Amino acid sequence: MAKQSATPMSRALQRRENVAGYLFMLPSLIFFAAFVIIPMVICILTSLTNANMRDQSMLGGFVGLENFAKLFEDKTFQQALWNTFLIVIVSVPTVCAFSLWVASAIYKLKGPVLSAFRCIFYLPVVTGSVAVVVVWKWMYNNYYGVFNYVLKGAGLIEKNINWLGDPKFAIWCIILILFTTSVGQPIVLYVSALGNVDQTLVEAAQVDGATSFQVFWRVKWAQMMPTTLYILVITTINSFQCFALIQLLTAGGSNTNTVMYYIYFTAFKLTEQAGHFGYANAMGVVLAIFIGALSALQFKLAKEK
Amino acid sequence: MKMENPRSRAYKIFSIIVLVILAFLFLFPLYWIVTGAFKNAQDINSVTPIWVPSEWVSTNFEKLFARRSAPLFTIGSLAGPTVPAAIRWLINTVFMSVMAMLLTCLTASMAGYALAKKRFAGRAIMFSLIVCAMALPKQVILIPLLKEMSALKLYDTLWAVIFPTVGWPFGVFLMKQFSESIPGEILEATRIDGASELKTFSTVVMPMIKPGIGALAIFTFINSWNDYFMQLVMLSSGENYTISLGIATLQAETSVDTGLLMAGAALASVPIIIVFLIFQKYFTQGITMGAVKG
Repeated sequence: MAKQSATPMSRALQRRENVAGYLFMLPSLIFFAAFVIIPMVICILTSLTNANMRDQSMLGGFVGLENFAKLFEDKTFQQALWNTFLIVIVSVPTVCAFSLWVASAIYKLKGPVLSAFRCIFYLPVVTGSVAVVVVWKWMYNNYYGVFNYVLKGAGLIEKNINWLGDPKFAIWCIILILFTTSVGQPIVLYVSALGNVDQTLVEAAQVDGATSFQVFWRVKWAQMMPTTLYILVITTINSFQCFALIQLLTAGGSNTNTVMYYIYFTAFKLTEQAGHFGYANAMGVVLAIFIGALSALQFKLAKEK
Repeated sequence: MKMENPRSRAYKIFSIIVLVILAFLFLFPLYWIVTGAFKNAQDINSVTPIWVPSEWVSTNFEKLFARRSAPLFTIGSLAGPTVPAAIRWLINTVFMSVMAMLLTCLTASMAGYALAKKRFAGRAIMFSLIVCAMALPKQVILIPLLKEMSALKLYDTLWAVIFPTVGWPFGVFLMKQFSESIPGEILEATRIDGASELKTFSTVVMPMIKPGIGALAIFTFINSWNDYFMQLVMLSSGENYTISLGIATLQAETSVDTGLLMAGAALASVPIIIVFLIFQKYFTQGITMGAVKG
């Protein structure tokens, strides 16, 4: 980045820029290094060891790739991985499509109405996962929850369903809650992206006789690609990390175990091998690789388009 | 402009109707929390949902406050007067969110300014490192972070939740986006006038990136308030609980007393929702600027 470093004067200037740059970066770098980079390194290192809670040392004994090999035989892990994928595969496209539709329906509305809608769809995020879970658990309740009451009233079900206790339904119940807490941010992003679409291109397409569907698909959608990509990536990461809903609603029961919950369970709850940090971190590494690969894939697909 | 054809008009009306229905559905859980918190036991446990409370009672909150108590504050060995634990949890949560917010805003605005405007060696590498870290799943590092915190003797203190929030690079990224818009000529002029780097930052840069700082502040505050997983991993004693953690424990203990739980949920969510509604303009701006452009 050293530009014009030909004369001694500008070299002194460059030095001043270096010193000032790093001094301004320093406070942030300390926190970043200490609480993001170092734990990341510990995560990778301990995934190769049998570290556990009782150990006083940071790392346990080196076991190579044993933890990873064990993962492939761990039926619970495979089930958790499958459930995690199911959540991601269902929630990412629906969140994207839904928020795009809502955004395109509201972005032309008048200021206060627009922000009212935006706020309402954002509220479940702000409410916080614990409060959200507590109320949804009541709504799903077998005996006095609103779901059974409304669906029975509408004639859709004949007798009460134990939503969270039934492996057939539990994961879908969680996906529904996850959905309501995921659409807020994409809607805000799409509203602003739709507002920034180059109007001259839209008008040019209209003059050329394009239908409103063509205008949307060929002009607006193409211009919003970076936003869509960003939304895909953050929604994927969020869905992969689905934890609070699982822990508080089913504690991994009714076939709703996910990788993130299993990591927590292995590190803190597993009675037999309590506090198996090494194994938990190996799962963390696998999860990070999956997320990284999927994000890269989404980038690649979006670039090609 | 050409006349609207009837089909697109019908579609418009249809979409508004759907939107309004959806808005009600999205608002319903919140309505259910707030009304549930004030319902009497009979209304709460009714098999036919009582849509509007038959009477508004405060018994749920009284039960919540009578349940557990804790000192109002503890500084070293000094403990404040005994209050309901829920009050202490709220104070903890506010302290945690405010500290995380202040530290994040300060460090991130400095670093973001440096990344945007200072041509120092290694700037590009530093920036790519930050972007890469942002794409990584934050929760994966929580367990190693726990080991680190206990080594630093910070485990089971609010700082164990605050520091990692400050370290998360999103803030730096956001502030870099905002700092890009500072005109180079103004910085050049202040430098020629002989102002020190720190003075330039505090008198010229800070006022110009105020909207960015506002966005980051509200963003950090809300995220920190609601970061349940981090709080769960880092805090263990009831005195250090946040409100989310307190309510989650309550849920594990008494899953049958729905009224009590709704009172807790209301206490955890209504304050943060009010903060959000007051500052939502900044919030929207922050989300939009944080998105990777092109």
